[in-house]
Amino acid sequence: MLAEHNEIELNDSIYKTITAAQSWKGEIDLLVMGKNTEKVAKTASNIKCLNNIIRVDASHLEHLLAEDAANIVSNIGKKYHVILAAHTWFSRNFLPRVAAIMDVGMISDVLKIENKNTYTRSTYAGNVYATIESLDLIQILTIHISNFQATETEGGNAEIIINEAPPPLNLSYWKTEKINKSDRPALVDAKVVVSGGRSLGSEENFNSILSPLVDKIGAALGATRAAVDSGYAPNEIQVGQTGVVVAPELYIAIGISGANQHIYGMKDSRIVVAINNDPDAIIFQFADYGLVADLFEVVPELTKLISNQ
Amino acid sequence: MKILVAIKRVQDYNIKVRPKSDGSDVDIEGIKMGINPFDENALEEALRLKEKNIASEVVVISLGGPKNQDVLRHGLAMGADRAILIETLESLQPLGVAKLLKAAVEREKPDLILLGKLALDSDAGQTGQMLAGLLGYPQGTFVSKVDIAKNKISVTREIDGGTNILEMNLPAVLTADLRLNEPRFVKLPNLMMARKKTIETIKATDFSVDSSPRLKLLKVSLPPARKEGIKVNSISDLLKKLNDKEGIKL
Repeated sequence: MLAEHNEIELNDSIYKTITAAQSWKGEIDLLVMGKNTEKVAKTASNIKCLNNIIRVDASHLEHLLAEDAANIVSNIGKKYHVILAAHTWFSRNFLPRVAAIMDVGMISDVLKIENKNTYTRSTYAGNVYATIESLDLIQILTIHISNFQATETEGGNAEIIINEAPPPLNLSYWKTEKINKSDRPALVDAKVVVSGGRSLGSEENFNSILSPLVDKIGAALGATRAAVDSGYAPNEIQVGQTGVVVAPELYIAIGISGANQHIYGMKDSRIVVAINNDPDAIIFQFADYGLVADLFEVVPELTKLISNQ
Repeated sequence: MKILVAIKRVQDYNIKVRPKSDGSDVDIEGIKMGINPFDENALEEALRLKEKNIASEVVVISLGGPKNQDVLRHGLAMGADRAILIETLESLQPLGVAKLLKAAVEREKPDLILLGKLALDSDAGQTGQMLAGLLGYPQGTFVSKVDIAKNKISVTREIDGGTNILEMNLPAVLTADLRLNEPRFVKLPNLMMARKKTIETIKATDFSVDSSPRLKLLKVSLPPARKEGIKVNSISDLLKKLNDKEGIKL
């Protein structure tokens, strides 16, 4: 298993990935690459069900460039039957590179592990599930974390093994990083997401109707591709297959018809609320709670009722 | 500088693809197909680099059956100089595609290879990284901005919660994010002209590459239906149900 971390904490996805890794009923080692990995390796050693924590630590691994990461994993990986990670920006960047170097067909974003070499994953914007069997001896995959339960975090006693880092490949160089600082939570982490569609009618309406609600409940703001294409909202808040995929506790879809590629981006949300004046809108098929109403009347009412509570 | 752009023919993003009745594969007979949106961003970026006189030639390449000529013609109509079809009727997977593209790269010797970050059909997001790995080239994934000066390229990448900037030497492989640019509309006269251009066709079997599938498709099925939702009458009804039934207090 590959660990994603920020030198202070392990990414939460690890606890769900361990559950997936247990499907093979074998020994599980965790690979921690980077700079200053001592603290996270120690945390990892306490996680139940892990055998060894392999630390590959060097100053040139601080930003873990894809070329160096793939070099390390493809070497260490030769000793394993399965290489897996959560399907996140981290693994998506370099695990396919590892697979190619090892001449293995990779399976991305697995929803269900059927047996030791058979998986179900979603294709065609989530409209079709495909069950596939890997013909390779080594299995390389990423898992769709919202489909797996987290394992217990404490009670383990894994051994920490230090592997020497290979020298830098110097193929690419990290320059800077900019993490967006917004008063609103990031779309991918938000507990509540409020998204608007083309029915908002204009950029002005999009902001004047949705922003008060979003700010009142501390939600993140999203938009459909149709709303983005119409110029109502910036592309970076697009939710869907061609934008960001979200899975919040609560997703509120406002004036959204439910185009296929949008559904793909929000269908893992725990509770979906849809507000639309068209009772036949497809979004209602994906909503736990639907309200057929004019959004221009009920959204301000919703904002007002919340502020009164 | 020469740029190679790999484009895939996929279903239109608005189309809901369904399994065949026997569950053996998806039914794409007769549905609207076109260039994968992220690949269109990749091509647009290559064309802009040419318009800035940074690139001298833009070549589009696609893998698949004769029908792939339509996306290559679309690429030519957008402004690509040449088009190559690596023809095969076999089903291809990312690793096989990356191996065939590697063979094409060795033949064409581009300085920069651009692809989309993922394809709307298989949704794997692997090919660019695999190609870079096979070639031993630097890679820039999920790219939203490209700057080139001399033989160095600087790319802005979309990462969790923000962006980062990498610098790399050429040749390199980049995968395009939707934010990279807004692809141009193809004008009808350009489309007519593109029809007259020749598309170079190479049989996949002419490359001594093993592109056979590593993943065997056992079946396709519809995703499980979501539990049926309920309609609420008013906002206060909604807030009450969220609170009482779901424990969500807004």
